[in-house]
Amino acid sequence: MRVNLHINGQQVSVPAGCSVAAALAMAGNGITRTSVSGEPRAPLCGMGICQECRVSINGVHRLACQTTCSADMRVKQVEGAR
Amino acid sequence: MNHPDVIVIGAGIVGAACAQALAQAGQRVLVLDARLGGATGAGMGHLVVMDDNQAELALSQYSVAQWRAVASQMPADCAFSGCGTLWVAADSEEMAAAEDKRQRLQDHGIACHLLDAQALAQAEPALRTGLTGALKVPGDGIVYAPNAARWLLSKNERLVQVEYALVADIDGNTVRLADGSTRQAPQILLANGIHATTLCPGLPIRPKKGHLLITDRYPGTVHHQLVELGYVTSAHHSVGPSVAFNLQPRPTGQLLLGSSRQFDTMDTTVEADMLQAMLQRALTYMPGLADLNAIRSWCGLRAATPDSLPILGAHPDRDGLWLAVGHEGLGVTTALGTADVLAALMTGGTPPLDAAPYGLQRFAEAACA
Repeated sequence: MRVNLHINGQQVSVPAGCSVAAALAMAGNGITRTSVSGEPRAPLCGMGICQECRVSINGVHRLACQTTCSADMRVKQVEGAR
Repeated sequence: MNHPDVIVIGAGIVGAACAQALAQAGQRVLVLDARLGGATGAGMGHLVVMDDNQAELALSQYSVAQWRAVASQMPADCAFSGCGTLWVAADSEEMAAAEDKRQRLQDHGIACHLLDAQALAQAEPALRTGLTGALKVPGDGIVYAPNAARWLLSKNERLVQVEYALVADIDGNTVRLADGSTRQAPQILLANGIHATTLCPGLPIRPKKGHLLITDRYPGTVHHQLVELGYVTSAHHSVGPSVAFNLQPRPTGQLLLGSSRQFDTMDTTVEADMLQAMLQRALTYMPGLADLNAIRSWCGLRAATPDSLPILGAHPDRDGLWLAVGHEGLGVTTALGTADVLAALMTGGTPPLDAAPYGLQRFAEAACA
């Protein structure tokens, strides 16, 4: 079974049960957000502790590593501080 | 440093400000810090005029003005923002308290004005509807205290030296370090916050634990530091644990949320029930917070005195020992005023405000009365 979702506007197909963090890695560069100083950030701990993988999911900030992909989910990199 | 004029114990915001003010007065200052961590690294860094009594108002008003005066010199990483405070009133009783506060502050020349329900909704659209109004104090602000302390310590490197070492005891003008070595100076200033009682056991200081939580970045959500007036009228007046709504917009767009109070524990573990009570209180003011992503929570300890005023000045029974401790939740705000008072007293100058209300003697006098 596969799930179709959108990552930064691109349609992506991933195996059902896949985390958003894994989908981001499969779909491209894995980047979830940029830091206050504009540095790219990506999943690190993979278990919901480090908070590096904050990403916009259907308009709400969530942790990519703790969120399972679902159909038509819209995942978007969080840009900058302002 | 050979032959310092003053040894300051504690490199938090109070010790750092005192060291800088003493250097300004020409003193050579050795700062000793044990890196135990304290309120400077845990607190909100809200620069706020408080008016529970005349002495608190005098010290906080003077100090906030000093912060504003140095704001333009501070490096960007001190994150100063003149965001002002909104004291939020949820009902007519709290609005009456806001009016009283407005009168008191204006009587002392502090700019402030009342917002009605509509003006409050306009100023802070994320607050729930149905609040009664607020008192706006535009001169208040915020700062990132750990970096402000570092900046203060670095301002005069010729006269201020920092050494990271644990002080084991103070004997006259000699400070003995944990490694057995000693440092000497004619005057010693104790500015180590909650840890002061280990070096000066008689001080009437007890820990008041607080929880804080910070969110991910949501720029533009909140514009002022928001504090519920229940903070004044009821929330923290009980003797047991309590919570109050206190929300700060960080310059990064993050929201820093407080506050809680618990007495007489030195355990800084985050407690789920207190954090939950604090968050539930916040949600009654700003329901939309529930949709935001919290990234970290932690606890700190306020060094509280019986009358909530700091202890500033000479130790009445120990020659050469000076005190700048017990600032409770207001140490970042009052650090610069504390420093100017202490530097004047220690170098024979005239303090910028009457120092008598802050002396340790007041507790002895109260006990005798």
